[in-house]
Amino acid sequence: MHPAPSVILFTTFSGLGFGMLFWLGLGMPAPTGLVAFVFFALAYALAVGGLIASTFHLGHPERALRAFTQWRTSWLSREAWASVATLMVMAAYGAGLVFAATRIAALGLIGAALAMATVAVTSMIYAQLRTVPRWHHWSTPALLVIYSLAGGALMTGQVRYAMPLLVLAGLAQVSAWMSGDKRLAESGTTLATATGLGGRGAVRAFEPPHTGPNYLLREMVHVVGRKHANRLRLIGLVLGFALPVLLLALPFAGHWLALAAVLSHIAGVLATRWLFFAEAEHVVGLYYGKR
Amino acid sequence: MTELPLSTERRLGLVIDLDTCVGCHACVVSCKGWNTENYGAPLSDQSAYSGAGSGTFLNRVHSYEVQPDNGAAQLVHFPKSCLHCQDAPCVTVCPTGASYKRAEDGIVLVNESACIGCGLCAWACPYGAREMDAAAKVMKKCTLCVDRIYNENLPEVDRVPACVRTCPAGARHFGDFADPDSAVSILSAERGGMDLMPEMGTRPTNKYLPPRPRDQLQETDILAPYLAPVTDEPKGFLGWLDRTLSALPKGPL
Repeated sequence: MHPAPSVILFTTFSGLGFGMLFWLGLGMPAPTGLVAFVFFALAYALAVGGLIASTFHLGHPERALRAFTQWRTSWLSREAWASVATLMVMAAYGAGLVFAATRIAALGLIGAALAMATVAVTSMIYAQLRTVPRWHHWSTPALLVIYSLAGGALMTGQVRYAMPLLVLAGLAQVSAWMSGDKRLAESGTTLATATGLGGRGAVRAFEPPHTGPNYLLREMVHVVGRKHANRLRLIGLVLGFALPVLLLALPFAGHWLALAAVLSHIAGVLATRWLFFAEAEHVVGLYYGKR
Repeated sequence: MTELPLSTERRLGLVIDLDTCVGCHACVVSCKGWNTENYGAPLSDQSAYSGAGSGTFLNRVHSYEVQPDNGAAQLVHFPKSCLHCQDAPCVTVCPTGASYKRAEDGIVLVNESACIGCGLCAWACPYGAREMDAAAKVMKKCTLCVDRIYNENLPEVDRVPACVRTCPAGARHFGDFADPDSAVSILSAERGGMDLMPEMGTRPTNKYLPPRPRDQLQETDILAPYLAPVTDEPKGFLGWLDRTLSALPKGPL
């Protein structure tokens, strides 16, 4: 799949933002006044910024409100509802902390649950697609939720939880790569089933229908850069998880080291998210003899 | 509404005969022509006269080589357009309700004025049947020429999809699969009409007829095996060369 910057930024930053809202909702931490304002402003900047980035790839962003109508069947529509519900509940909860120094615990818990539900619903947009076997698996929502929990814990300074969650996220990512690499082959979809000609002999794409590129090839048969996949995987693991854990584990931890850990984590997540799209093979590529 | 109808009154679709298709791309051209001037936004081209032209098409013809275990390879021309699936995944993923499947005839359409151009429906389609138009920024797909098949301003013979009307080989047939006695139902049943990627669970309406087995190459003369070969071993200079080269180390292999 084409790794569009808008979608990479969207899933990365809104994942972090909703992860922050999850921990803030649990009251970990539960700051008040100006400190609370800074925490919530950062969480909202990430979550809302990510959502706004996602509208950049729309052909007609001015019609985006229509996306709230089809929640009965569409995960994308459900995501619109889940994210708005989370942002509303957490705004009320945050206002209590910032302006009244009051923590309404029940509201926070509801907001935390909604925040993780939003991340899970977002991941279902990808996991629902049978056409992309690498994504069509329970590990896709699991991975995105763990990423969000780990990133949120890191951003809110929950070191006790961030360290094990970062390790867990790294391990989950490695296992998702290992099983994902085999999933297209395991799906049983081949050029033989795509053409229905497999019973007659070995099928080979002989001549493509068009000599130039088209929307399908640009959008769904992105193969550029896959050759760097292994190096990028390593970069993603080191920057995203290993280095932040190392920095958090240093005995002389401070704000600057925490900032370095956060920036390293974000860079690592961006790398793995680029791979999430670039490595995903859409079955339509089979019709072109590509994957 | 993106909820699929439980069943449709009629199931309009195409039978595509892979045995008959000659790969002329006339259906591609007539489709582009009709659908650029009629239903919805035109099918745009970008840099059409440069070396890197690209454009929106609702119908594309691939060509595949099939190599059986024994015998000669066979070339199969393979037109591909929307299959108007009964369980169309492109419809249910649409967040705005722009994509829908008609309850009366099963045609899958896009209401372009409600399309936000997110592209998720194209991701959900295993067949590459949907293309985002780069100029109009909305999703385009085969309409089964809904503006021809019911169009009483056209002569009756023209009330079929443009690709069917134009096919010079008669490789494309249009009709109602819900009617077991329709021409397409009978044709599909007789010739083993098949679904593409049945494992995707889309239940396509369009059926593809597999190519018929090809004739095998036979001896041109039934007496040929009884004729003695003209020459077994090379004679004269070639014979000497053959023996000499064979005598050298490493030969004959």
